[in-house]
Amino acid sequence: MSDSRHEKSALFASPSTGSVLLTNEVGLHARPSVKLTQLAKRFDANIEFALDASGPWVDAKSPVKVMRFKAAKGTTLHFRATGADAGQALAEILALVARGFEG
Amino acid sequence: MMEKRFEGRCAAPGIALGALVAMTSGAAARVASGAADTEAEALRSAIAAALADLRRMAGQADDEAAEILGFQIAFLEDDELSAPAFALIAQARAAHEAWLEAMEVEAANYKSAEDEYFRARATDIEDIGDRVLGHLTGAAAQAEVPPGAIVAAVDLTPSRFLSIDWSQGGALVLTAGSATSHVAMLARSRGIPAVVGLGVDLAELQGQGLVDAFRGVLVVNPGAAARAQFAQDALSAAADRSANHAAASRRAVTADGTPIDIRLNVADPAELDGLDPSLCDGIGLVRTELMFHGERGLPGEERQYAAYRRIAEWAEGRPVTIRTLDAGGDKPIPGLTVAGESNPFLGVRGLRLSLSRPEVFRVQLRAMARAAVHGDVKIMLPMVTLPRELAAARALLDAEVEALRAAGVPARRPSLGIMVEVPAAAIAADLFDAEFFSIGSNDLAQYVSAAGRDVDALAGLADPVQPAMLRLIGHVVSAARERGIEVSLCGDAGGDPAAIPALLRTGLRCLSMPPALVGAAKTAIAAIDLRTVDGAAR
Repeated sequence: MSDSRHEKSALFASPSTGSVLLTNEVGLHARPSVKLTQLAKRFDANIEFALDASGPWVDAKSPVKVMRFKAAKGTTLHFRATGADAGQALAEILALVARGFEG
Repeated sequence: MMEKRFEGRCAAPGIALGALVAMTSGAAARVASGAADTEAEALRSAIAAALADLRRMAGQADDEAAEILGFQIAFLEDDELSAPAFALIAQARAAHEAWLEAMEVEAANYKSAEDEYFRARATDIEDIGDRVLGHLTGAAAQAEVPPGAIVAAVDLTPSRFLSIDWSQGGALVLTAGSATSHVAMLARSRGIPAVVGLGVDLAELQGQGLVDAFRGVLVVNPGAAARAQFAQDALSAAADRSANHAAASRRAVTADGTPIDIRLNVADPAELDGLDPSLCDGIGLVRTELMFHGERGLPGEERQYAAYRRIAEWAEGRPVTIRTLDAGGDKPIPGLTVAGESNPFLGVRGLRLSLSRPEVFRVQLRAMARAAVHGDVKIMLPMVTLPRELAAARALLDAEVEALRAAGVPARRPSLGIMVEVPAAAIAADLFDAEFFSIGSNDLAQYVSAAGRDVDALAGLADPVQPAMLRLIGHVVSAARERGIEVSLCGDAGGDPAAIPALLRTGLRCLSMPPALVGAAKTAIAAIDLRTVDGAAR
């Protein structure tokens, strides 16, 4: 189901993509993962997350999937989003990671 | 019904007669329905019930605890966590088996992490897993224990013990367990008879139970002879209790007139309810890691402050020694202590953990400094090994006291002392610039004898009054005298009438013990003549 939605939106716009360096001390641990997924859930866009630009990509709204990557400090996080508010979603998520998940 | 007799080891003295109530846990008790739909529905409602628990707990918790609970809630709300379990159920697996397997796979991913922080998340996954399993097997629903019951279990966690109503007496019998575990310590402290290591199937322990913890015996469905013996034992136990009760209210003085300072070990301010502070000369040990049970780790500053203040006010000016968080070892706190240590007793525990988590440590120091306005609060650091650890803690304490004053919050700098329980600290005690020493004889004995507290078969080796221990204790007492500081002892030996004579002969004059043991200890002290060689009064 998510595949078809992805293809459909891709017809109108290629996904917004972006990457950001993980700088906080303990990496993408419990609190940052929860913050990240809570933010992602606020958007309608389909938002995905990966440690490599070539994937594998996982749902950025799932804390279980995001934590499974066990991303350490110094890792580059890749995001891609499709949907009406994709651009806004991506901008806010990248900003959250860039400021070390504070605020 | 047939009378059956089982022998174990005494973990807390006393006798009791009552109905046996078995506390089961895990998946053993659950019978699968065999229908995939029913199993899936059972898992769904167990997850919903576990989420309700976590949300309720998060509503009462604050700071650190709420954050850990928030993480568990986010995980449990995520369908991704349970998806593998539902897939297994669709393949005709029972709900509890499917859930356990899925959680094991999820936890294994974290256990294999290189990063310590991610490894520690395995404990959270296991905790989430246990909570859901509890609802699935009905363990959470059968939690009600009638007052006065003989509680039977394979083993019991300290928080489970504390959640039981012991006001009408009762007893604890464990088929496994150890006399040196925390639950045994809590049973002694509450005066609840406990027998451990019965080594039988829990299913055998049904019906009426007669516990003679002095002899380490449990009689199931006792016959007339056993009941008659119990009635007689109950009479003499009552006589001992009243003699000890009378002794408890007197000052502790040896036969030769040497006064002994008696202090209390407490894990919960509620233990002091109904106790007259004139029973003791102060509080020698407040175990903060057991104080806020039902939550994980320590609560926020305000709740800690309220609890410490309550104890300080109870003591009416007598000294109150509060130990900073002694987590780790056999007292893990998920999300705080390091998971997967090969030997937790030799790991990041006590002050070592506090110094590695200054954000948690500072909150506790602030709460203590604020409580010190209401009484003679002293701060005791556990597991100190080197003088520089004491210096690091002192710097943190001074900074927090300064910050409180700058913010206009009433606070006082409590005196700062160390627990002497690591052999390195005992041997080089003279090098520690502490304001008092307190000998932790349980841990010191296990480290001196290289015999773990959790290994019941080695209990004889970790004898707290063996010659090596007495020499070491004597050495620490001399070091304290030379420094002109107070020295006390707060391990189990301090409340053991059999150990007290040897301890006093090392020069110790201050002992700390659970409130229930004060009477017997004072009786034992009154019989000791320190002028004689063997210590026994004529």
